Amino acid sequence: MLKLYDYVLSGSAYKARLMMAILGAPYEAVPVDFYPGNEHRQPDFLDLNPAGTLPVLVDGDLVLTDSAAILTYLAGKHDPPGTWLPAGDPARLAQVVQWLAFSQSLTATAGAARLHDMINRPLDVEAARAGAHRAFRELERHLTAQAFDGNAFLVADQPTIADIACFPYVALSPDGGIAHDDYPAIRGWLDAVKRLPGFIEMPGIHALHEVRETEPGVVAMAAEAG
Amino acid sequence: MSETVEKKDPARDEWYAVGISADLRPGEARETILVGEPIDIRREPGGAVIVSKSDGRACPVRERYGHVWTSIGAPDHDLFAIPEADQEGRVLVDVGAVRVRCSPLRAVENFLDIAHFPYVHTDILGAEPQTEVVPYKVHVEEAGDEVWATKVKFFQPQAAKSAEGGIVTDYKYRVPAPTTAILYKTCPPRPGEWDVITIFVQPIAEDLCDVWPWMALFDEDNSLAELIHFQQMIFLQDRSILENQVPKLLPLDPKMEIPTRADMTSVAYRRWLKRRGMTYGAQTAAA
Ligand SMILES: N[C@@H](CCC(=O)N[C@@H](CS)C(=O)NCC(=O)O)C(=O)O
Ligand SMILES: [Fe+2]
Repeated sequence: MLKLYDYVLSGSAYKARLMMAILGAPYEAVPVDFYPGNEHRQPDFLDLNPAGTLPVLVDGDLVLTDSAAILTYLAGKHDPPGTWLPAGDPARLAQVVQWLAFSQSLTATAGAARLHDMINRPLDVEAARAGAHRAFRELERHLTAQAFDGNAFLVADQPTIADIACFPYVALSPDGGIAHDDYPAIRGWLDAVKRLPGFIEMPGIHALHEVRETEPGVVAMAAEAG
Repeated sequence: MSETVEKKDPARDEWYAVGISADLRPGEARETILVGEPIDIRREPGGAVIVSKSDGRACPVRERYGHVWTSIGAPDHDLFAIPEADQEGRVLVDVGAVRVRCSPLRAVENFLDIAHFPYVHTDILGAEPQTEVVPYKVHVEEAGDEVWATKVKFFQPQAAKSAEGGIVTDYKYRVPAPTTAILYKTCPPRPGEWDVITIFVQPIAEDLCDVWPWMALFDEDNSLAELIHFQQMIFLQDRSILENQVPKLLPLDPKMEIPTRADMTSVAYRRWLKRRGMTYGAQTAAA
């Protein structure tokens, strides 16, 4: 059985959770006390992953310590049609790898700003936010071009692991003081990912809600009270 | 050195949690801000914790409930009691500070309001369509001057990490200090006892706070990491809501109160704050 060393607030660990939920791959979660316990920097965890980062996926003797590697493995193993990782199409595959690399710049900017704002991690937060906006502009431009061609996702006309890798830290960026207001194409893409069958939430990332018929007073009260 | 007598100020003359005791090892220090004032917290090699202001003046210190407590003023009362903290068999859980761009008073008010459960903690602490809050009792306890809400009942799909399936949970709420809220809830593995879940709110500015959730639970099945993750998941759901509340400050002006719809505990809490003159983080005049 797959074993995921997991932290509930980690956007990187959520990439693995989201991919497994979408592919229907069962797994066992091992919660790691990342904060406040710093368990990922203790000897036992460093034995498993000397880099001291989450997530870690273990399958038998295989230990994967990078979320892009984990997504690659999950898609290779649990997606028989091979659309999430288009291994048979060099051009598509290369673009997927390119966006996986890009996703690291999101972790380093928007992800870091979120940890600063949320759990008070020391950081030059203005520089991180500026970096996030640069990355978002690049993403916005690409997604606008994709939308123009009638494509909702990052690569060609299908969702791939590239979307899963880039989604969390873009979706969570308001937690780090980075709004989505200036990025309409990004907002459309976030909604497209949320519509994927098997989509799951995490704190800070909400599923799309069909508009429900509710008593107006109840809505007003919920809004007032929070 | 001449002692300057500072004017009494309910926000300054109060105890606040400013760090986790266990995270401050001998010789270690950390800096933070309390009610707008920078403070320095350090543990002497001998074990004692010293809190000082930037001018070097020492602040009073307590170590209780897993946290370091201090005040930048002169509290005329000791830190409130949580008797359950000393009860045999409870796991004490330090959850860690979560920074929230909101008024410290709003953080407390949200914690007291059960009506948000189905909408904010969907399928965990509440679920539609079971959104009704049956009327309960609210009173201000004279002795300790604390706000209490009792006999609160609510249907919950997963009331605690230790709950299997949906149950009707009994709640009690207690506000022993303006920025501390304690809830007592039915404890699935130990009928007759109450789990204790608190938030200790450290005001940094009127619209910024560090929230230190802390728990004293009966739970033998879950690891500490699992209990922390559960509470962080819940509190981070609140954070998204809290950061988007309008107005930012808690309205205490009578003209701005919304007595019909607002939750009863919230009304009692706001009146109690006003009576104590606790206006830090509050909006006292209609803007
Ligand atoms: N290479 C990693 C990096 C992931 C990452 O940055 N994870 C964060 C948690 S969200 C982490 O473990 N940080 C270690 C730390 O901040 O101490 C991946 O993408 O899997
Ligand atoms: Fe909540």
